[in-house]
Amino acid sequence: MNSSKMLRLLNRFGPFLALILVYAFFAFLNPRIVTFTALETIIQQSVIVGVAAIGMTLVIIAGGIDLSAGSIIAFGSVVVALLMESFGMNPFLAACGGIIAGLVWGMINGSLITRLRLVPFIVTLGTLLIVRGFAKGLSSSMPIDVGSTWLSDLLASLPADKRWQLIPPGGWLMIGLAVFVAGLLKYTRLGRHIFAVGSNEQTARLCGVAVERVKVVVYATAGAFSGLAGLMLMSYQEQGDPTGAVGLELEVIAAVVIGGGSLSGGEGSVFGSLIGAVIMTVIRTGCQLMGWPTWVTQIVTGGVIIIAVAVDRIRHRKLA
Amino acid sequence: MALPYLDMCGIHKRFGATVALNGVDFKVMAGEVHALVGENGAGKSTLMKVLSGVYPPDKGHMSLDGQPYQPRDPLEARRRGVGMIYQELTLAPHLTVEENILLGLEPATFGIIYQKQVRRTALAALERLGHPEIKPDRTVAELSISEQQIVEIARSLTLGCQALVFDEPTSTLNQQDTERLFEIITELKKQELAIVYISHFLEEVQSVADRVTVLRDGEVMGIRDAQATRSEDIVRLMVGREVSEMYPHSLRMRGKPVLEIRDLAGIAKPESASLTLHQGEVLGIAGLVGAGRTELLRVIFGLEPVRRGEIKIGIYMGPASPVKRWMQGVGFLSENRKDEGLILQMDLADNVTMTNLDHFGRWGLIRPRRQHTAAQKWIERLDIRCQGPTQRVEDISGGNQQKIALARLLEKDVDVFLLDEPTRGIDVAAKAKIYQIIDALTSSSTEPSQPPKAILMTSSYFPELLGVCDRIAVMCRGQLSSPRPVNELNEEILMRAATGQGE
Repeated sequence: MNSSKMLRLLNRFGPFLALILVYAFFAFLNPRIVTFTALETIIQQSVIVGVAAIGMTLVIIAGGIDLSAGSIIAFGSVVVALLMESFGMNPFLAACGGIIAGLVWGMINGSLITRLRLVPFIVTLGTLLIVRGFAKGLSSSMPIDVGSTWLSDLLASLPADKRWQLIPPGGWLMIGLAVFVAGLLKYTRLGRHIFAVGSNEQTARLCGVAVERVKVVVYATAGAFSGLAGLMLMSYQEQGDPTGAVGLELEVIAAVVIGGGSLSGGEGSVFGSLIGAVIMTVIRTGCQLMGWPTWVTQIVTGGVIIIAVAVDRIRHRKLA
Repeated sequence: MALPYLDMCGIHKRFGATVALNGVDFKVMAGEVHALVGENGAGKSTLMKVLSGVYPPDKGHMSLDGQPYQPRDPLEARRRGVGMIYQELTLAPHLTVEENILLGLEPATFGIIYQKQVRRTALAALERLGHPEIKPDRTVAELSISEQQIVEIARSLTLGCQALVFDEPTSTLNQQDTERLFEIITELKKQELAIVYISHFLEEVQSVADRVTVLRDGEVMGIRDAQATRSEDIVRLMVGREVSEMYPHSLRMRGKPVLEIRDLAGIAKPESASLTLHQGEVLGIAGLVGAGRTELLRVIFGLEPVRRGEIKIGIYMGPASPVKRWMQGVGFLSENRKDEGLILQMDLADNVTMTNLDHFGRWGLIRPRRQHTAAQKWIERLDIRCQGPTQRVEDISGGNQQKIALARLLEKDVDVFLLDEPTRGIDVAAKAKIYQIIDALTSSSTEPSQPPKAILMTSSYFPELLGVCDRIAVMCRGQLSSPRPVNELNEEILMRAATGQGE
């Protein structure tokens, strides 16, 4: 095997290696992290960030960014709770409502960026506030409690008789969607065009890629995934929370970046992003199990993000 | 006689007061390689931008294969079959070879791509160019520049382009890759494509082209048979302009050497450069775009790393950072006024005093009143048209902006001026003023107490160098010739040296 092949392999499995390293580190400190309950908790806590990270991966590959993700997550959770509690809608339709709400916000982001030719950072910084405001307005700034339905089981710990499922249904849903989106990126025109737009927008336009449409689709999809993450948040907390998920967009972006996404576009992987989300949860869970205070967790997580990006830079220099 | 495949007729284009194209006729037959030559600014790029749909012509019409042709944008031009190969390649670096070749043309049902068909099409295009060894699944960023160029050509062919424009395609290639490119062009010619070849290098033109059209000042100076015409005749068509009387030249006394470089090389360019610059001297670096002139100045000033060779400035040896260079009395004027030379959003006074802020207050504080006084002084001396020192630089004209950029060097009172294209894109009056300043700085008469300054300047415009400089060295593909006094030189000699024709 020559060195360039080695590098490419390392590239593909880099985030996975990092996950194993971090996990092994905490397992060495405290073996309790390898129990079934600990593993289940890790998955449970990774799902909300992970689902949103699937959508964010598309945005970042296309060379953009979505700072409104956290707000859309909160908005989605409020919409689902509101539809069920105030309108008595059945859980499935309410769930769809939450996802569609996210999709609409995403389309608004995409349209503002392409129609007004504004920088994604600024547009989504604006919608971060706007969406949060609407979420609070809809719910009078109070959490909306939701009765127990099958939606609550999405992220609940598995009862003993369902242990064979390994992880809660929400986790499977995340994995299924990740497989779907990864396939979309690899095997469809849209997928190629998303990479092309992020890699070299001018060339993409010259070659007849409908750059604006691709961008709107990407932001709309990301919005929908944030809406779905909002549903997960609601299911986990059993309430629609207009003040929840504050700053979560940064965790989502960090997950994508740890997973090999490049903020200058053209690079990123859905599975990498999920692994990035899991790495951050492992750190948090590991620190909790060690009884370390939150401030230590924050310092460690911040350090890991910077190391991940630094390693990424070095990797690129070698490839170039 | 057969009809031309590509026919541009009576093309006019003006930008503001500048006439870029003045009734240009340009015709290319199918199965012909037609070279387009001319000095920098003769109108080659504008003509090609009209052809590729970047600008619409003001007047004139175009036809392609007998059909009227009016592309609204580069995409439509490509769809009609006119492909451009620029010196700066336009591939998506993260995508693979085959993904790039079929970008925008992916065969698919319900959006799902037929991977096998993509592979087949890409391979067919690469084979048609005689380069099946380029693997379609490799990422483009891993390929050499020459291979990337081949991918770019393959992309145009796959789209069905029947006319290809090569714009300075060899400026980034080595000798071997250049020959490989020529083989490809010859092959495409056999396949009856109409090919436009733009180059500064006349020997290349003669080895690859059938006919040559020479442009000067936006007009066609002549169409010649490429093989049968001597390169001197082509050069004469390209230059041949009378030197105007705008270059003052006072008595200059050459003093002691202040800048010496020996066999200097940068990372890519220059390859090798040696020269000695003296007080009271203007030394010019002639050459074509991309020859490495800018890089030479940037390496000297510490903006780019030194790969090899020596730099000695006054008593200081070796490379140094720009911060040190300013302290050593060296100033640099960037060719890129808007992005690098000035901070457009800041006001005139801040821009002029930027490198010299220590003089405008103590303990890190700045006294704006003093900055304004300093700026006001230069506004008057350099005749800068503006509302005053507090006006923002982006609100004044290009010529006045350039004077502000130069005033910064004057305010710092440097001894060695590195001026990169000091008159690029500015009006005649501002040019004349800058020539006056250059002359005043280097002549011994103005301020007897101070020794005259030393100036190293580049320019793409030969008459300017011949008018302003005392000696001129020519940069060709990274190699700097030894400087010669201007009275031994003329435009033809410079053009020949710059295009690699030797003596």
